[in-house]
Amino acid sequence: MSERYSRQELFAPIGEDGQKKIRTASVFILGAGALGSSGAEMLVRAGVGRVTIVDRDIIEWTNLHRQQLYTEQDVIEQLPKAVAAEKRLTAINSDVAITGIVVDVTSQNVLDLMADHDLVLDATDNIETRLLANDAALKLGIPFFMGACVGSYGLTFPIGIQDNQPCLHCLLETLPSQTLTCDTVGVISPIVVTTAARQVADVLKYITGTPFEPKLESADLWTGNRASIGVSSMKKAGCPSCSKNAVYPFLSAHESMKTAVLCGRDTVQLSFPKGRKFELLPFAESIRGTVSKLIHNPHLVACEYSGHRIVLFRDGRMLVHGTKDVVTAKKIAARLLG
Amino acid sequence: MKRTIELNGNRYDMPAEVGNVQELLGHLELAERIVIVEMNRDILAKDAYDLPINDRDQIEIIHFVGGG
Ligand SMILES: [Zn+2]
Repeated sequence: MSERYSRQELFAPIGEDGQKKIRTASVFILGAGALGSSGAEMLVRAGVGRVTIVDRDIIEWTNLHRQQLYTEQDVIEQLPKAVAAEKRLTAINSDVAITGIVVDVTSQNVLDLMADHDLVLDATDNIETRLLANDAALKLGIPFFMGACVGSYGLTFPIGIQDNQPCLHCLLETLPSQTLTCDTVGVISPIVVTTAARQVADVLKYITGTPFEPKLESADLWTGNRASIGVSSMKKAGCPSCSKNAVYPFLSAHESMKTAVLCGRDTVQLSFPKGRKFELLPFAESIRGTVSKLIHNPHLVACEYSGHRIVLFRDGRMLVHGTKDVVTAKKIAARLLG
Repeated sequence: MKRTIELNGNRYDMPAEVGNVQELLGHLELAERIVIVEMNRDILAKDAYDLPINDRDQIEIIHFVGGG
């Protein structure tokens, strides 16, 4: 190995042996937003063997203050995050095999996507997807490094590190009726980097075989509040996600979400039935006279129509921005797609 | 009587009207959130949130958020 990783190998707890383990690790990163950008960059620079990073969204101006992999040009080209992330991460470290996938992670595809990885780094933006990933990682028998942040506050919890530890489902007795999101109360980049750094430190300890106790930890960089709670007593003997008789309820849940109002985003996502393939170029040509600000690239078609920004992805999803009303979104889709 | 506790690593002067854990969560606008509360190194079950908070108690609260 070159001198590239020499300063990391000089760090005694990692050493040359640890670096070899890092080199063979394959990491699944769930989300290419703020935490995903930051965590992916650290892991790719550290020289992991393989990274898969998935995301359903495109890059917007409102992302740039905290999503460190992206540039103004990416916004102008309306690139999907997973595509721009793969490009940037490959430029950072060509030793690493990086795959970006533009996809909405659901109960239908999560196991296939996560299979053949050593661990999952959480970088999603909602608790429902975290519970889905918690189930999938437990079923696959790989650890799930949870992380979330909003405002100046973030929390982390590594799951699947010890047999007798609780999972995310054990900790969350009930689903929250409302959660704070970056789109309702904002977020500052220091807490993104701090939260991702804690996740990645735990990932490196795990990969190099360093024992550590999984703790639920939080930090607020504005108030100086911090907490670290050993939650091992919260493991539930009958947990449907992590007990011996686990049924992984979030994997079997047939929510097959056809429509979703993206939390706090003033955006409706329509997922068309599988099998409906979209040819992007003919679609773009068909609406050229009807819409304005038309952009198309190999991944998507974007335009403006009756005051809404519309994005159609190749995988059969349409985002209608500027509304929380599913019916409005469906009407627009019907007019453009027929 | 004035009560000063340690809350999430910081000194915290308890407001006079806050008597127990549930009231503290309300005061911190965390009553509607999913929280995990540790009091003097023990995790509190939800039905123990009516426990009174005393001077020099040590409390840690972690609430779940969605973003990332
Ligand atoms: Zn569990």
